[in-house]
Amino acid sequence: MDGAELAGKIVYTWLTLVLGFILLPSAFGVSLGISELYMKILVKTLEWATLRIEKGVSKESVLKNSASVGIIQRDESPMEKGLSGLRGRDFELSDVFYFSKKGLEAIVEDEVTQRFSSEELVSWNLLTRTNVNFQYISPKLTMVWVLGVIVRYCVLLPLRVTLAFIGISFLVIGTTLVGQLPESSLKNRLSELVHLTCCRICVRALSGTIHYHNKQYRPQKGGICVANHTSPIDVLILTTDGCYAMVGQVHGGLMGIIQRAMVKACPHVWFERSEMKDRHLVTERLREHIADKKKLPILIFPEGTCINNTSVMMFKKGSFEIGGTIYPVAIKYNPQFGDAFWNSSKYNMVSYLLRVMTSWAIVCDVWYMPPMTREEGEDAVQFANRVKSAIAIQGGLTELPWDGGLKRAKVKDTYKEEQQKNYSKMLVGNGSLNSELD
Amino acid sequence: MGSRSSHAARIPDVDSIRRETGFSQASLLRLYHRFRALDWNEKGYLSRVDLQQIGALAVNPLGDRIIDSFFPDGSLHLDFPGFVRVLARFRPVDDEDNGNRDPKEPEPLNSRMNKLRFAFQLYDLDRDGKISRQEMLQVLRLMVGVQVTEEQLESIADRTVQEADEDGDGAVSFLEFAKSLEKMNIEQKMSIRILK
Repeated sequence: MDGAELAGKIVYTWLTLVLGFILLPSAFGVSLGISELYMKILVKTLEWATLRIEKGVSKESVLKNSASVGIIQRDESPMEKGLSGLRGRDFELSDVFYFSKKGLEAIVEDEVTQRFSSEELVSWNLLTRTNVNFQYISPKLTMVWVLGVIVRYCVLLPLRVTLAFIGISFLVIGTTLVGQLPESSLKNRLSELVHLTCCRICVRALSGTIHYHNKQYRPQKGGICVANHTSPIDVLILTTDGCYAMVGQVHGGLMGIIQRAMVKACPHVWFERSEMKDRHLVTERLREHIADKKKLPILIFPEGTCINNTSVMMFKKGSFEIGGTIYPVAIKYNPQFGDAFWNSSKYNMVSYLLRVMTSWAIVCDVWYMPPMTREEGEDAVQFANRVKSAIAIQGGLTELPWDGGLKRAKVKDTYKEEQQKNYSKMLVGNGSLNSELD
Repeated sequence: MGSRSSHAARIPDVDSIRRETGFSQASLLRLYHRFRALDWNEKGYLSRVDLQQIGALAVNPLGDRIIDSFFPDGSLHLDFPGFVRVLARFRPVDDEDNGNRDPKEPEPLNSRMNKLRFAFQLYDLDRDGKISRQEMLQVLRLMVGVQVTEEQLESIADRTVQEADEDGDGAVSFLEFAKSLEKMNIEQKMSIRILK
């Protein structure tokens, strides 16, 4: 009896604390500064840990300067130099060396596959999952690490799970209730309130610290917001600062429940899986949505898949054919505190969320950028590339021309043809052979 | 946490692989991670499709031939030792390799001759030990695509075979191939240095 009473009391106090310190402030959009304090302590601890590691590392091994440096020494000279080529030289048996070396280099390390595994850190952040290369350094460090594990799993995890649970339930219940109301501006305002509150709760559930820059460029109604994609959390991060209409596939399970509830309160655009294949239909529905100036801006991730936040991959042109104003947004996570990248082939949604909730925190920067529209004589692909470059520059990410879907599909032959063209130019270029072409 | 040896212990037969290929423990670990990363669905081995999915390899004009070199004798599964064995050909030549070599032991995988053999087999599809004019044409066609006419290609192939062919049999044997490239800095052109 006593045991149960005691347990009941603990849960009661726990919930009251949570309510008082977290739920109410987030409903009003007020911050109590607890997260800031936590972050400060965290930063100090990690700095200390880094110094310890640097002292402990032996002189031979070198800590890499940049997190995205490759594992092989690359000779990035263009094909001409690699083939000891002047234009119009003759074919040599050794020409295969260049291509075979490039091919083997790609097998050891390629730009695309590397983007689908988590970014490597320069120094350890006291999470075992990022400890690929770090050896045992000292007992003090181990103790701090053990303390970290206790804090993360026994203190933070239950708290975060509670918050997430509360947040999602509130979202589902709130949107269903608001959905009962007739269409009116009251309904819209209430729906906004519900969305914002729940997102704030969920962000606290992840110990998220988000810095928004250039809020004056926040996406307006009737526009399309595009951003680079790293994980499903991107959605949370953006909706904490404004309401968007989301676009996506109808899922089953928990996601499906959330989706159905949300669409009652405000018009999101959910597609059945079969409808997604019909690009015309998709474009039409999106066009209808943005034509209505009272509807919320659409949120789209043109990469189509999660990338590991060190680069931006090809933007699919579909979103840029709809017309309307594009509001680009760049999102950059700080990997020091926790890895937000969702490697969907390695982790399913639940284990991913568990990983995120047992990280230190999710820290990121969001930059809103001035709106862009398609210019005269620019086709959708060029426009997409222009927006992609802008986002990459703003977020400090590298730009890659590859399609993120490459991890699932074969690459197009046009790229291979370019290589072949370059090589042929070297052989035949200056007419060193009897060519009837010129 | 934990010392590095606990990671290397996950690689099966790591000691024999190290002896055979000459890779350092750290490099092997890197390559093992890479092998696992390429093995999307965690089968434990790689198939042709896994390698074909590498974008930069798929656009390489000799991509298919390079993939073939990982699957000798028509095999369909590539395990980690096989993977590393091919990559070992491209290990840079260190001085210590040549210095203390026991002449009775087999040649190291990254010797000059073995690097040349790798390049030779990119040409020699039917594995008869000779590059025929036809095989030369095929490789040329792979490298230039549709950009060059058949006549031009044939004249290039003829000239190349003639220059290298010494015994006049109309094909280039491995020794003739090696001889024609004896002045070339193979070690530099066919080496990939793994950092750390």
